[in-house]
This record gives sequence, C-alpha cells and structure tokens, in this order.
Amino acid sequence: MKKTYKLTDLCCANCAAEIERGIAKIKGVTLCNVNFVMQKLTFETAEGGDDEAVIKKVKKIIRRVEPDCDMVEIG
Amino acid sequence: MSRNRKALIRILAALLIFLPALILFRFSPLKTVGEVAEGWQVKDPRFYAAFCPFLIAYLIVGYDVIIKAVRNLFSGRLLDENFLMVVATFGAIALLDLPEACGVMLFYQVGELFQRYAVGKSRRSIAALMDIRPDSARVLVNGEERVLMPEEVTEGDILLVRAGERVPVDAVLTEGEVTVDLSSLTGESLPKVLTAGEEVLSGAVDLSGEVRLRAVRKYKESTVARILDLVENASARKAKAENFITKFARFYTPIVVGAALLIGVLPPLFIGHWGEWLKKALTFLVVSCPCALVISVPLSFFGGIGGASKKGILIKGGSALERLASADTFLFDKTGTITKGRFEVVEVYPAERAKEILAAAAIAEGSSNHPIAKSVMAYAPTVDRDGFTVQEMAGRGIKAVKGEDVILVGNEKLFAEECLPIEKRENAGTLLYVARKGEFLGVITVSDVPKENAAEVISCLREEGCRSVMLTGDRFDAAKEVAKQVGVDDFAADLLPQQKVEWLERILSERKGEKGVCFIGDGINDAPVLAMADVGIAMGGIGSDAAIEAADVVLMKDDLASIPRAKKIAGKTMRIVRENIAFALGIKAAVLLLTALGLMGSYAMWLAVFADVGVAVIAILNAMRTLGSR
Repeated sequence: MKKTYKLTDLCCANCAAEIERGIAKIKGVTLCNVNFVMQKLTFETAEGGDDEAVIKKVKKIIRRVEPDCDMVEIG
Repeated sequence: MSRNRKALIRILAALLIFLPALILFRFSPLKTVGEVAEGWQVKDPRFYAAFCPFLIAYLIVGYDVIIKAVRNLFSGRLLDENFLMVVATFGAIALLDLPEACGVMLFYQVGELFQRYAVGKSRRSIAALMDIRPDSARVLVNGEERVLMPEEVTEGDILLVRAGERVPVDAVLTEGEVTVDLSSLTGESLPKVLTAGEEVLSGAVDLSGEVRLRAVRKYKESTVARILDLVENASARKAKAENFITKFARFYTPIVVGAALLIGVLPPLFIGHWGEWLKKALTFLVVSCPCALVISVPLSFFGGIGGASKKGILIKGGSALERLASADTFLFDKTGTITKGRFEVVEVYPAERAKEILAAAAIAEGSSNHPIAKSVMAYAPTVDRDGFTVQEMAGRGIKAVKGEDVILVGNEKLFAEECLPIEKRENAGTLLYVARKGEFLGVITVSDVPKENAAEVISCLREEGCRSVMLTGDRFDAAKEVAKQVGVDDFAADLLPQQKVEWLERILSERKGEKGVCFIGDGINDAPVLAMADVGIAMGGIGSDAAIEAADVVLMKDDLASIPRAKKIAGKTMRIVRENIAFALGIKAAVLLLTALGLMGSYAMWLAVFADVGVAVIAILNAMRTLGSR
C-alpha cells in the first residue's frame, strides 16, 4: 500500500530527515520519503502487513519529532 | 494569525523590553557588579532586580523553545535545536549573564523567523513553477455543461475549454481550430495552432476561444499529472551530495556536542576558570545544529529541478542532475534526434529541369503514403493527376500511366527492368530517378536532414568541453554525411540496437574518473541504451511510457538546444550546492575554532547563533538562485 500525506508546518529540514529515517525503520515499511520542500510524506508498506499499526507508528514518530506538525492524507 | 506574524509580534515585544533594559544596565553601576558576577559572588539585591526585565523578555521570546526542549527531553531527543538553545541560554543565566541569554535567544528567534520566511517563500516560488495543475474541467453531459474535478473525467468525455482556461486532461480537438500556449509544459513561448483531430496536451492554455475536445486519457495518465509526479517525486532519488549531507549531519551534531563537553570540563580541571570554559562549551552547542546544511542542499536541488521543468526539461531527481552536471560525453541517436526524422528533398538534378521532374514525380507519388513520397509532394507543385492509373512496384518505385503518357519514379532497379538508361548520381540519401514518356528526366535526392540547430548545439557542447558521438542504425554514407554536417567528434553507423548497447558499454568502460556519459534518443527503440547510460535523455515529450521509465531526463520540447541548457542548469545547481556546503561548514568551523581559541571575546555566543540561523538563511537565499537558471 502506498500512502501520501501532506505535512503541515514541517519547518525544520533536519526534522524531516529524522522523520524519514524513523519511518523507514518501522517494521513493514518498504519505502519512505519525506519531501521537505513539498512538505510531503510518502511511504509504502509491504502487502499483507498491518497498515493500521504502521500508520499509528508513523503518527507517533511525527508527533515526537515535530509536535506542531499535522499530517493530512492526500492519497 | 499566521505563525510568522505571531513570532514577529513576540520578537518586537521582547525587543521593546530588552533594548531599554540593556541600555540602562550598560550605563548603570550594576554593569561593574555584573562583571564581578563571573566570580559567583554577587550579593547586591539590585543586581538581581535588574535581571527581571531581561527574564521577562527572555520568556516572551523563548517560551516555545523551552517548551519544545522539555518535550524533547521526555521523548529522548537531546540534540535538537531547541534543546541546544535552551542549554546554551540557561548556561548564560547560570553565569548570571542575563543580557546575553536574552539577546542570544532573541537573535535566534529572529534568525528562525527569517529562515521560516525564506523557506516559505522558496516553497511558494517552486510551487508557482509547478502551477500547471488544472483546477476543474467543464464536461458536456447530455448537452448540459457540468463542472467536474479533472480526476472525474473519463476517456471519451466531451470537454469545453474557454479562452484562458487550462485543458484538464489530454484530449483531441473535435472541430475547428485552437491556439494554445504550451509554455508551462515545453518552455516554448510561441503559441501553437492546432486543428481538428490533433491532440491537445493537458496543461495547455487555450488562447483563442471556446473549443470542444474529446478526452483521450484520464487525469492520472495525462501529461500534466505525469510531469507533476516526476518533478514532485524527484527528491526521492537523492544525489550523492544530499546523501553525504544527511549522513554528515548525523555525525556532526554528536561530535560537536562531545567537543563541547570536553571543552567545558577538561581545560578548567587543569587551569580553572570554569565560567569562561562553560561559556565556550555553550557556544559550541549553538553551532552544533546542522540545519543550514540540511535545509539548503535539497532546496538547491529542488530549485534546479523546478527551474528546469519550467523550461520543458524534466530531470528525474538530484542524482540525475548531479550526473548530468559531470557528464562530458554525449551520445546521440541519429534519426529523429540529430536529424528531423523525416525526409526532405535536398537536390533535384539537373536543376534546369527541376519543375518538369517534380511535376512528373508528383503525378506518380500523389496517392502514396510512403514518407519519401510525402516529402516529394511537400516540395512539388500541385499537379493535375486526372486519368492516371498508378501502380506501386514494391522495393522499386512507382509507375503512373495515362494512355501514352508513362511516368516512372524509382530506384536503379526499376530503370534496369524497364531498360531505360539513367545518369547516376552519387549523393548520400535516397535517389529517385524520374522518367516520362520514355525519356529520362533526372534525379530527385531526398534525405533525412539534420535539425537546423544541430551543428550549433554540438559546437556549444564542445565549448563546454564535451565530446559528442553519433550512433545510428543507418547506412555508413548517410551517417557520414550527417556527421560531417553537424560536426560530431565521432560516429558509428550500421548499428543494430544490441550493438548500440555494446558501444555504450565500451565508452562506459573507457571513461576516466567520475565523468558521466549521456545518451540522447527519442526513446522509441533505444530504451535499453537510455536506461544504461549515466544520464538517459529522452527527447520530444512525455508520450512514450518506455522512454519516461528508462530516461533520467525528459525533454518536453523536441529541441536539441535543451541539452546544453539542461547541462548548464545542472552545472549551476551543483555549483550552488557546493557553495552552500563549503560556506556553511566553513563558517561553523571558523566559529568553533575561534571560540576554542578564545579569540571571539564577548561576542562568541552571538556569532555562534549567526553561524546557526544566519548561515541557514544565507544558504537558503543562495539555494533560490537555482530557480532563476537560464
């Protein structure tokens, strides 16, 4: 499954890199990219995994790294 | 209220308290008490009272930083910017230097504000570059006009597009004529006139008036969506420079923080002056944030890619841009890339009888769909073909007969069969011998000619120190002629697709160092070579899936001049990336060194904040120069 989110108020490039590294480490995530300029997060999960759990973890990482940052699903 | 606005108000409020307090403090006798303060022996209560305004200003401007730092502390992220700032300023407070703590926090927030502003601005300018997304589509449903999202349009829908509107999905003009502006897709500023039956790409702006189009593709598969997808996701393919910086940043911060610890503890153990060394250590902490680097490098790449897309050059990611910048060998496919890919009449011999020869040829070739016949028709006058019966003789030519009037147009074989003597010509290209009523008239030479600017582009590449080589499956003498005309450094002819791959392999193995090898083709039958080259450049639009998949760079416009242009943009972007890396690291290293040596006096902390946020702002501004690439 491929998900794309808009990350609003993502304003620190280092945090973007940290979020990307964090999400890439989640079990079940096969690909992750945080585009700082477009404020966009894209990640892919392996087939048959627990996507709900992955999304929960993604949210947790973002909250930890950049608490003011909201994620809005765009596709 | 926007975030920047809020920050600005807080900064101004804090300044209003901070500046008068600072002036009063500097000129009051307390200053001397303050200088004694480093010795930890201040007893004067007035001294502490004087701190109140600074403390208030500090909290106004820095409370969010403190909150974030505490939050980070609990989530185990010790080395983020907020935390470092809080440690540094709390350190200053502990040393009873409230004016410095407050001033540095203020300065930091001003820098952050600038940085946010600059990032927001560059985001907007990049977004403006990509402002080719159509907002809505007018669709005719049962004779009624309805406004839909572009995504809701399906193939076969009839679209209404008015002057000034964008074509929402790739479509075909059903009737009449339309003038469109394709500049946001191809960078070509001249409007284009399209007639019924022709395809209109999504993203084109209607300049002439209301027209009806029939959608031929869904939005997701349309040109606009594919361009946006390519450019927006370009950052996923990171350049070496980007990877270097992200890796570097991960080690940089812990190392500088480690150095700060050492400097704060080790020297004073032996030589004392704890306060002074603590201050140095705090300065180190402020400089340890890698933001300037991390922010400016991807921004530069994005700016370069965005600026190129505005000119109809789609670069698939930072790594492709990096390789293009370093490329010094350009391999060109011949047909359709260096040449126009269609036949043109280049000579009619003998010239005195040209009119007669062409008229005869036109009668014979008039009904043929062969590209060679079409090229003759485009060149010949209109003729009366009534009463002629035309017979195509495969592999030889055409015979047109009307009673006694027999016209023969074809190659040597045809004339040998008809036992008609001919005068041979030794031209590169395809020779059409023409005879009428048993008399040999002359020869028309048609050939695939180079594009007008091919020679100019090749010499332009040579000026940049690049070698150009032409590879073709065409015959040797045809290739030689074209090679001579455009001035390529080398060429190879009679190549099967597989042999093109072998050629490329050889060049790749022979190259020296890191210099890249580009292959430029139309992507129709050279996808393997496109994919294998360091930089595969597909010319002539986003039409072929295979080409886009295989290529690293897609030229929307079928114009060779885009190649040196793309190389220039890539070069400029890489230069700016290097500048930013060198500048940010240089300033940080200098500030660290000067601090460690104690050469910065009382300004150390201020300079450190500059080395953090100030450098970031300058690097961002520098990165934005990539957008203006010409």
